[in-house]
Amino acid sequence: MTTTNGSNEAIPTLQLLDPQGNRVTTRGTKGYRDRAAALTAEDLRGMYRDMVLTRRFDDEATSLQRQGELALFAPSRGQEAAQVGSAYALRPQDYVFPSYREHGVLHVRGLDPVDRLRFFRGSDHGGWNPTEHNTSVYTIVIGAHTLHATGYAMGVQRDGTPHDKNDGTAVITYFGDGATSQGDVNEAMVYAAVNDAPVVFFLQNNQWAISEPTTRQTKTPLYKRGEAFGLPSLRVDGNDVLAVYAATQEALERARLGQGPSFIEAFTYRMGAHTTSDDPTRYRTSEQEEQWRRRDPIDRLAALLRSEGALDDDFEAEIKAEGDELGAQLRDGVRALDGGSAVSSMFDDVYATPHGTLATDRAWYEAYDAGDPPASQYAIADSAQGGAR
Amino acid sequence: MSVITYRQALHDTLRAELARDDNVFLMGEEIGLFEGSYKITAGLLDEFGPRRVRDTPIAEEGFTGAAIGAAMLGLRPVVEIMTINFSLLALDQIVNHAAKIHGMFGGQLAVPMVIRTPGGGGQQLGASHSQNIELYYSFVPGLKVVAPSTPADAKALLLAAIRDDDPVLFLENLALYNTKGEVPADCAPATIGKAHISREGEDLTLIGYSRMAHVARQVAEELADSEGLDIEVVDLRSLRPLDRDTVIASVRKTGAAVVLEDDWLTYGIGAEIAASISDGAFDHLDAPVRRVAMAEVPLPYAKSLETAALPSHDDVVTAVHETLAAVGRRR
Ligand SMILES: Cc1ncc(C[n+]2csc(CCOP(=O)(O)OP(=O)(O)O)c2C)c(N)n1
Ligand SMILES: [Mg+2]
Repeated sequence: MTTTNGSNEAIPTLQLLDPQGNRVTTRGTKGYRDRAAALTAEDLRGMYRDMVLTRRFDDEATSLQRQGELALFAPSRGQEAAQVGSAYALRPQDYVFPSYREHGVLHVRGLDPVDRLRFFRGSDHGGWNPTEHNTSVYTIVIGAHTLHATGYAMGVQRDGTPHDKNDGTAVITYFGDGATSQGDVNEAMVYAAVNDAPVVFFLQNNQWAISEPTTRQTKTPLYKRGEAFGLPSLRVDGNDVLAVYAATQEALERARLGQGPSFIEAFTYRMGAHTTSDDPTRYRTSEQEEQWRRRDPIDRLAALLRSEGALDDDFEAEIKAEGDELGAQLRDGVRALDGGSAVSSMFDDVYATPHGTLATDRAWYEAYDAGDPPASQYAIADSAQGGAR
Repeated sequence: MSVITYRQALHDTLRAELARDDNVFLMGEEIGLFEGSYKITAGLLDEFGPRRVRDTPIAEEGFTGAAIGAAMLGLRPVVEIMTINFSLLALDQIVNHAAKIHGMFGGQLAVPMVIRTPGGGGQQLGASHSQNIELYYSFVPGLKVVAPSTPADAKALLLAAIRDDDPVLFLENLALYNTKGEVPADCAPATIGKAHISREGEDLTLIGYSRMAHVARQVAEELADSEGLDIEVVDLRSLRPLDRDTVIASVRKTGAAVVLEDDWLTYGIGAEIAASISDGAFDHLDAPVRRVAMAEVPLPYAKSLETAALPSHDDVVTAVHETLAAVGRRR
C-alpha cells in the first residue's frame, strides 16, 4: 500500500490486510507475510478478541468518566490494531514504556483492568506494579519516557543479556506524532543509535496532537525521522493488525539479537476525542472521521476472520459476554477504589528512604488533622529532631 | 469600568496589544485554531491571521528559543506555555539565554519577550501537571516575574510586560481564570516591581500573590465581618523585582505578618519575604512571621489528598489566629 502526504507524494507503507479484510501480497513483503502466516487461526481470534475488549474497556472508561467516577480518560479507539498487534509481538521478558493511551498494550500485557484506571480515578499514585508485567507506568509529560526506554535498553545491554531472537530482551516505547517534535524523543534516538540500544521506537501517528494535525509537526513522513538517526525505519498501516505484528516482531528480534534500535511509524487514527475533556468537532471534519471509520481496524480483522471461517456468531457472543463481564468488573472495581486514605499518607512514597524532615512534616500534618496543630511547623521539628538527636 | 473575568482581561489585553503594535505576535501550542488550552486566545487567529498568531509544534524549548531569537530582532513575542510545568522543558532557553543575553554581552541586545503560563494545583491533574514553580524563575537575575491576582492587574501587568524590554514570565493561575473584577477601560500599564496594598489594616499583614492574594483578601474581609479584625493585605504582584519596601512598611505598621504561597515551604518565596521582614522590620515584630504553604510532597492526584496538601482558606485563618495569639502574649 502507499499513502500520501499533503503533497500527494506516495509513501511506502507496509500493508498485509486491506481495508476490506483481504490479504495483500505486494512484492517485497514476503518476509512480513511469512511472519503473519505463522499466526494460527487461534492467534488471530485472540487478537480479534483483545481488540474488541480494548474497545469495550474504552467505552466503559469513557462512561465512567461521564458519571464522574474518573477524573479524566484518554481513549484509544481506532488504535487497537497498532496496540494489540505490536503487543502480540512482545515476549514476557521484553519491557514496555507506554505514554498514556496504550490501553490495548496494557490489556495484552495482562495488567488488571481496574489497576489500569486507578490513575485516571485519582485513587492513588501510579496504579500498577511495573515489574509484574514488565510494563512501566504512564508518562504524561510528552516524550520524556522515550529516554527512559533508551536508558533501560542500555542497561539490558550492560547486563550482557544473551543475543537471541526469542530469549534476548527488547524494550519498546510508544509515543505519538506530537511527541516527535520534542527534544527528548530526538535525543533518545541519538542515544539509542550510537549505543546500539535494544529499543524499538513505536510511533502511533494518529494524525492529531490534541487539535494540531501532523502538518504542524513535520514536513517529511515521520518514519523518515528514524531513518535520519540511522535507525532501520518503516511505515506500516497502523489499522492492519497483521502488518503491525509482523513489522514489530522483526524490529523486536533485531533488538533481542543485539542489532540495535528500530523505528516503526504505525499510520493510524485517533477515532475518539483526545481526552474526555476534548471535543474534536471543533477542529476536524466529519468527512475525515468518516473516511477513517471505513478503515476501522476491528472491522478489517473481522472481515478476514469471517472469510477464513474463523469467526462465527458463537465466538462473537462469547466475546460479548466477556465484554459484559469486563464492564461489570470495571464498574464495581472502580467505584470500590477509594481514597479515604489518611491525609498523612501523602508522605508515604515521596522518598524511597525516609528522613527526618519528612517525618517532621508528616507529624505536623497528623497533628493538624487531629485538630491540634502546633504553633509552628518548627515547634514540632524541634521536638522530633530533639528526640532523634 | 466593567466587570469581567481574569480570562477576559487577558484576552482583551492581548487583542489590544496585537492591534496596537505590529511587532507583537503570539506563539504557542494550540493557541490558534484551538484558541488555547484555557481559551485566552479565542478568536485571535481569525482576527489577526497566522502571521501574528502562530500554532507551534509540541516543542516548548523550540518555540521559547525561537521567541528569544525573534525578540533579539526587535519583535515582541508573547509565548504561551500550556502550563508552567512544561516550561521546565524550556528551562535552558529561559534561564541561560533569555535572562542572560542582555547582561552577558554588555547590553547590546535586549530580549523583549513575554512567557505567559498558568500555574496552580487543585484540578486533579497529577503531580507533574499541578506545580507552582514560579520560584525557579524568580530566582534568576535578568528575568522579571509578575503574578497578578485580579482582572485589573492581569490587564495592567500584561500591558506592562509586553511593553517591557526585558523577558517577563507572566504567571497566570488556573483557579483565577473565572474570577471576576472591575477593570477600568483606560487601564494604564502597571509598574513592574510595585506591590499593591489591596486592603488597609492595623492588626496584621497578610502577604500573597496570584491565587493566595485572592485568598488573603477573602480571609481579611471575612475576619473583619466575623471578628472585627483589621487585616492589611499586600498583593506582591511582582516576584522579581520584589517590592520589599511596601512589605516592610506594612509590617512596621501592623507588627505581625503571615506570608501565603501556593508552592512548597522550604526555600519558597515566603522564606524570602520572611527574611526581608526580619531585615527591615525586626524591631516592630510582635510575633514570629508565619508562612502558609503547600505540603512538601508531589501533589497527590486523589482529590481528598490534593485538597489537604494545598494551602486553604482555613489554613490561613488558623495562621492568623495563632499569630494574633502570639501578639497578644507579647503586647
Ligand atoms: C511537555 C508537554 N507539553 C504539552 C503537553 C500537553 N499535551 C498533552 S497530550 C498532547 C498531545 C500529544 O500528541 P501526540 O504525541 O500525538 O499523542 P496522542 O495524544 O495523539 O496520543 C499535549 C500537547 C504535555 N502533556 N507535555
Ligand atoms: Mg497523536
